Amino acid sequence: MAPRVRGAADPADERELLSAGDVARTIARMAHQVIEKTALDGPAGRSVVLLGIPSRGTPLAHRLADRIAEFSGVRVGVGSLDVTLYRDDLRRRPNRPLESTTLPEGGIDDSLVVLVDDVLFSGRTIRAALDALRDAGRPSAVQLAVLVDRGHRELPIRADYVGKNVPTARSEDVAVSLSELDGRDGVFLRRGASS
Amino acid sequence: MKHLLSTDGLDPATATAVLDTADTLKRTLLGREVRKLPTLRGRTVVTLFYENSTRTRVSFEVAGKWMSADVINVSAGGSSVNKGESLRDTALTLSAAGADLVIVRHPASGAAHRLASWLEGTGTAVVNAGDGTHEHPTQALLDAATLRERLGEISGRRIAIVGDVLHSRVARSNVHLLAALGAEVVLVAPPTLLPTGVHSWPVTVSHDLDSELPALDAVMLLRVQAERMHGGFFPSAREYSIAYGLNERRLALLPEHAVVLHPGPMLRGMEIASAVADSPRAAITDQVRNGVHVRMAVLYHLLAGEEEAA
Repeated sequence: MAPRVRGAADPADERELLSAGDVARTIARMAHQVIEKTALDGPAGRSVVLLGIPSRGTPLAHRLADRIAEFSGVRVGVGSLDVTLYRDDLRRRPNRPLESTTLPEGGIDDSLVVLVDDVLFSGRTIRAALDALRDAGRPSAVQLAVLVDRGHRELPIRADYVGKNVPTARSEDVAVSLSELDGRDGVFLRRGASS
Repeated sequence: MKHLLSTDGLDPATATAVLDTADTLKRTLLGREVRKLPTLRGRTVVTLFYENSTRTRVSFEVAGKWMSADVINVSAGGSSVNKGESLRDTALTLSAAGADLVIVRHPASGAAHRLASWLEGTGTAVVNAGDGTHEHPTQALLDAATLRERLGEISGRRIAIVGDVLHSRVARSNVHLLAALGAEVVLVAPPTLLPTGVHSWPVTVSHDLDSELPALDAVMLLRVQAERMHGGFFPSAREYSIAYGLNERRLALLPEHAVVLHPGPMLRGMEIASAVADSPRAAITDQVRNGVHVRMAVLYHLLAGEEEAA
């Protein structure tokens, strides 16, 4: 599989949706929303685990956890959940390398798991993640946080926390760059790129 | 990768990708109650064995089942092979019956390649699970996985393959794979148990085990294959064992970090002393454990991706 080059396209075909500053502010806002909705700093103190979906969901989950710790003083568990082996489109694409699955110590049983991904599109990745989660343990509840929701859902799935809603055409491509993997932060909309 | 027939010519990037996948699968399944992945649901895998096997067949079957493929075992005894059906007709029958992958073991060298050429265009993939004295590629991959796990890296390591190289498909597959991955390979065997043409292999040859041991990172022992020997390859089992068997005295000559591998089945007291086989330096049960993950990775690379245009 040819790696998708991020942040290197012809500027005429590319529109910046979120700047590096916007990405940081968006993650901070999502952190506040997670704290509020899960009441993780409340007296009941639910155990919350953020699981990033590789590749870009993993650094996002770590950043979100850092912000949550900063704002609430509570360190939530962080991990990653590779969904490749659970995808329904494996036979339609060239072979993909597997990415790592790491669960926080103590596992995810009876925790509130928040799945974290960069872009919510058809919803098929999240369906695969729910299947993968079932084999990894039994969380008390599952929520979903995404940096960008670009629409065009093919399954009855919706996110609990959305950084930014972006109306897109199917032919367009939403590319999230994160400094951990791509050297810089930002979200870009590209025209005419095939998915 | 369309078939897996030999490690000769397997490019190092593909081999490394399979080993990485195996490693990820191992870590994914570690400590899980339900060791089952839905990845190959609806795919059919047939094992076609014309020779006896315990570990290879069980390992492939477990690998297929953990990936949710349907695994069907066919052995020469108990199939139409006993009625005189040819290998070609058996292969075409299995393909027509819906096999997505045929895993074949056969006493004739080159059988897997012939099978693959007959199945050209049918979309059925072939894995060689041992053909005569030619190759056994998944054994070499699981040995490489075990060496990577124990030594960290294969590149630059010095590895000896000791014993009946002549009759060993495991040795051939390992020589090609280890050399491709950047290891220095030494074959240690009596001259009668080395194949002609060994000088063209990417290896050095020695007849003196004791002098090689102190510089090794790993020793791979081979079973003396009495069933393929018709005639005097060495004077006696006792003499072979004294010259080439890994006993406790020889184990002490190895560096502290060096590992001992054996593809099994072992002949304790012949090529390996019982105390050596059971010592923590031996990675023999690790090899079997890794075999399942390596074979899962092979199935994943052959069956999970997009179908290549024929």
